[in-house]
Amino acid sequence: MDLSIAALLTQDGITNGAIYALLALALVLVFAVTRIIWVPSGEFVAYGTLTLAGMQLGKPPGTVSLLVGMAIVAGLLEVYVCIRRGEIARAPRRLLLWTGVPCVIAALVWWSAPLNLPFPVQVALTLAAVAALGPLLYRIAYQPIAEASVLVLLIVSVAVHFTLTGLGLWFFGAEGSRTPAFASASFQLGNVNVNVQSLLVVGTSAALIGVLYVFFGRTLYGKALRATAVNRVGARLVGISPSFAGTLTFAVAALMCAFCGVLIGPITTIYYDSGFLVSLKGFVGAIIGGLVSYPLAAAGALLVGLLESFSSFWASAFKEVIVFTLIIPVLLWRSLTTHHHEEDE
Amino acid sequence: MTRSRAAHALLVVALAAAPFIVPQFWITLGNYIGLYSIVTLGLVLLTGVAGQTSFGQAAFVGLGAYTTAYLTTRFGASPWLALAVGMAITLAVALMLGFITLRMKGHYLPLATIAWGMSLYFLFGNLDFLGGHTGMTGIPALNLFGFELRDERRYFYLIWAIALAALWATDNLLDSRPGRAIRALRGSLAMAEAFGVNGARLKIIVFIYAALLACVSGWLYAHLQRFVNPTPFYINQGIEYLFMAVVGGAGNVWGAVIGATVITLLKEMLQDLLPSVLGRSGNFEIVVFGILMIALLQFAREGIGPWLARILPARRPQPVPEAPPLATRERVEMNGPLLDVKRARKQFDGLVAVSDLSFEIRPREILGLIGPNGAGKSTTFALISGALSLSSGEVMFRGEPIGNLEPYEIARRGVGRTFQHVKLIAQMSVLDNVALGAYLRGEAGVIRAALRLDRAEEARTRAAAAHAIACTGLAAHMFDAAGSLPLGKQRIAEIARALAADPVLLLLDEPAAGLRYREKQELAQLLRSLKQQGMTILLVEHDMDFVMGITDRLVVMDFGEKLAEGDPAEIQRNPVVLEAYLGGV
Amino acid sequence: MGILLRARRLSVSYGRVEAVHGISLDVSDGSIVTVIGPNGAGKTTLLSATIGLLPSRGDIDYEGASLTTLTVEERVAAGLVLVPEKRELFAGMTVAENLELGAFARRRSRDAMSALNDVYRRFPRLAERKTQLAATLSGGERQMLALGRALMARPKLLMLDEPSLGLAPLIVREIFSIIAGLKMAGVGILLVEQNARAALQVADYGYVLETGEVALEGPASDLATNPRVIDTYLGGSVPASA
Repeated sequence: MDLSIAALLTQDGITNGAIYALLALALVLVFAVTRIIWVPSGEFVAYGTLTLAGMQLGKPPGTVSLLVGMAIVAGLLEVYVCIRRGEIARAPRRLLLWTGVPCVIAALVWWSAPLNLPFPVQVALTLAAVAALGPLLYRIAYQPIAEASVLVLLIVSVAVHFTLTGLGLWFFGAEGSRTPAFASASFQLGNVNVNVQSLLVVGTSAALIGVLYVFFGRTLYGKALRATAVNRVGARLVGISPSFAGTLTFAVAALMCAFCGVLIGPITTIYYDSGFLVSLKGFVGAIIGGLVSYPLAAAGALLVGLLESFSSFWASAFKEVIVFTLIIPVLLWRSLTTHHHEEDE
Repeated sequence: MTRSRAAHALLVVALAAAPFIVPQFWITLGNYIGLYSIVTLGLVLLTGVAGQTSFGQAAFVGLGAYTTAYLTTRFGASPWLALAVGMAITLAVALMLGFITLRMKGHYLPLATIAWGMSLYFLFGNLDFLGGHTGMTGIPALNLFGFELRDERRYFYLIWAIALAALWATDNLLDSRPGRAIRALRGSLAMAEAFGVNGARLKIIVFIYAALLACVSGWLYAHLQRFVNPTPFYINQGIEYLFMAVVGGAGNVWGAVIGATVITLLKEMLQDLLPSVLGRSGNFEIVVFGILMIALLQFAREGIGPWLARILPARRPQPVPEAPPLATRERVEMNGPLLDVKRARKQFDGLVAVSDLSFEIRPREILGLIGPNGAGKSTTFALISGALSLSSGEVMFRGEPIGNLEPYEIARRGVGRTFQHVKLIAQMSVLDNVALGAYLRGEAGVIRAALRLDRAEEARTRAAAAHAIACTGLAAHMFDAAGSLPLGKQRIAEIARALAADPVLLLLDEPAAGLRYREKQELAQLLRSLKQQGMTILLVEHDMDFVMGITDRLVVMDFGEKLAEGDPAEIQRNPVVLEAYLGGV
Repeated sequence: MGILLRARRLSVSYGRVEAVHGISLDVSDGSIVTVIGPNGAGKTTLLSATIGLLPSRGDIDYEGASLTTLTVEERVAAGLVLVPEKRELFAGMTVAENLELGAFARRRSRDAMSALNDVYRRFPRLAERKTQLAATLSGGERQMLALGRALMARPKLLMLDEPSLGLAPLIVREIFSIIAGLKMAGVGILLVEQNARAALQVADYGYVLETGEVALEGPASDLATNPRVIDTYLGGSVPASA
């Protein structure tokens, strides 16, 4: 391997790593606020790519039906809760929020798909549609058992992953999609050939991380999520409800995953079930950060990207094996360095 | 013959008769249910009872299947040798995974097993000598006593013989010394460790046990199919095993068979039914399956097992027969103090909770440690019992420093304790709860327990527990679930559990909190009689009324320091104490 | 003076154990009502049920309307605020952020700024430590921050669980004078305390809770001199109090 190949692999690794980093951050966020180990995050990545691909082909993506279906279920749940609490007067507003808003987004996507709108608009609509799925999923699958143990939430996550993969096949079909690159140009930097596409991916990820930093550091809602993560009871006592925090978290996390989907589309062909493998790599990153530290999770994800890129050069058949086996030494290191004191759940 | 014995016998007869009556299709299903039950049984123990999760059981199944496939086809090895090799490899892998994840706080085992399951699948699919994604064919049929088990109907007997043996062994295990400890792993770990259970080690053992069951199932699978490829060992299958365990529930070992049956039949049905309803053949069963799973966890988190356990006749409690006593501790008469706290100090980042506190407990006295809330009593208690380690100073017990020992090492030396917030295992009987207190007085391990070789020791342990229960006046509740007792009786059961450990010194953490007047009187009575029998007691209390009547001496704490020391009458007249208690503004 | 909080036959179970058995209790606005009693008597359980953290049976009205269907967050938004025994601060966040979040339930109104100035005026110590992380505060400062955070919600009924717990006498005095000040400002206060004398001195009315039941109630000044209260807190011997 000479230097130019190494530089190429590094570039690939960093590009993928930047995408995994976004995922890893989303996973840490979801776990910190809701204690959910969010296995189905990968499906949101796949939906992101597939929705954008559908828009580009000029046909309404499967996301439309999915969004409408989940909005109806969530709306019915809300109405049911209103009736049970004897507050029927509230039902129309809840219905508007939970069914109306997602349906409007779905309608927009459906209506605009054949119009061949400019690329940024398509991306914006894709992000809106997939991000809207996040709160709906939280409302339907997780909110009713928000107080359950981490273990139960994890098993539900796995069941949700199953369901969403199956629905993905139903709504998006079995064929894979790849979206065109944002830019095909490249330039020389010293001896190294740099892709503008890679720069865009890394730049966008970095920008998004920056936006999140401001959101969590400066805005009341961002602080409310942090507060829920550090002290659930304390958060309730100042009026931050767990379902509010969960809904908001899932909106943000789904948006991040959709972003990953848009970024990864030009790099790999994405099928309805490709998300799982992608999300597991995000998980390896997140676990390196112990599911708590954002910077460590992002760094871990970059490491995963690099390892993947180099192992695909040396032993391409075993690249997944190598990436997933990385978790063993990482856990060993954590196990030996962290002072273990057992929790009582 | 009890009714439950009868039910078991009936089941065995039904299983034995099945291959003669039932059509081939159902025998095939029955074989798979048997194979899945073996794997799920491990998960019922690991997840349902011990509270740990593995998504990687399918990979252990694959390890068993691939080991025998490779050794028998490439080297013509005996399948039985291959089973032994497979189990050795499984043991090594499970030991490693368990060692690095189960010692840590957090949820690393499920995540590590997902990664491990994925890795192994890709490894199987990419290694040429294992046949890659196409797999390996030509695995020989098993030979058993000269019978070749080529026919599925014959194989049915082997599978179910092993499944029933595994059920029997696991059931035995749960009803034993290690079994009580395993049942304490979920939610009562701190308590169990105070009685000498090594939680991390036990979790690893349970994980290995589950992995070995999965490996055996894989070995059986390989010789049934006589062909292996990577697909059935993918993470999806690992997740399905977990679903089987969740559906079956942790009520008892039969939950494994129930879960495996329900899920297998359900999948079979969905695969037939859905395409005909929905027209297109797609992956609908996975959608329906997922949704059913989410609904189950939202509405019936306990699964089917506990519900079944309620409608089935309960195992009749067997009276505890007399048995030779367990060895007791040598009681040496001491001249000096039994426990000597010397300038004990505990600091939590900057905050001093206990500040250079010194006092002693003399043999056969009841010493009260009192003080207003937040005075540092509980911290002092934790320092003596080993739940917290000292920042500086020392605690001597019978002349030996115990200040920085682990809780179970202190327990081993003869210090029994209760918990401020009652820590009994609610669904376990009072007898079993109290018997857990005698954990350090026995030594039966998992293998002895599973094979029922522990009965002599178990009888002595149960007799000791029954004795402690009788001493504390709870004999009438011996077989009741601990959680069904009123708080006052639960606190007494905690004392009985501490007594079962044969202590010299008893540490009681706010035993009177939340008790009604009569219950307090009964408690006081019990403590007096224990003292008469030679017990030394340290009582940490907030309730002055209660302490004044029964203690010999009092140590009063405030702001982490000793405020006063003396007999109850002195303390009651001490103006500094009055000030601290009534609050001076 | 209107009745702010009215509980009737309130029972609360904690796990499988019923910890509060059919309590009735009133708090009128601008008054301090104290609940005293030994550990495990059900005082904290009572407050948890009132704020909605634990489910309860019986009736509980606030400003004349039933609270039973309201969630914790809705109760907070209605001006019913709890300062819990464990303070429950946001340890990894700054003092200013903790206070800002205290007004979360009122995020749609615009007076957060004046509430903040009000808190800083009452607790100059918090203003000095604005940018410090809550985890680094001393015990007394934590209690002040917990109180300050609660005040950011502009409570009509403030419930305090053991505000003097673990604090040195000087700070206890300071906290109690702040409580008295809040009463003057028209806030209704439900004060749960072990520090019986201090609580009865500042309160208008008191309830003595024993094993989940009201053993005694009456004007605070009467309770302070009641021999049975003194006995419970100073202790006779067990048989003597029978």
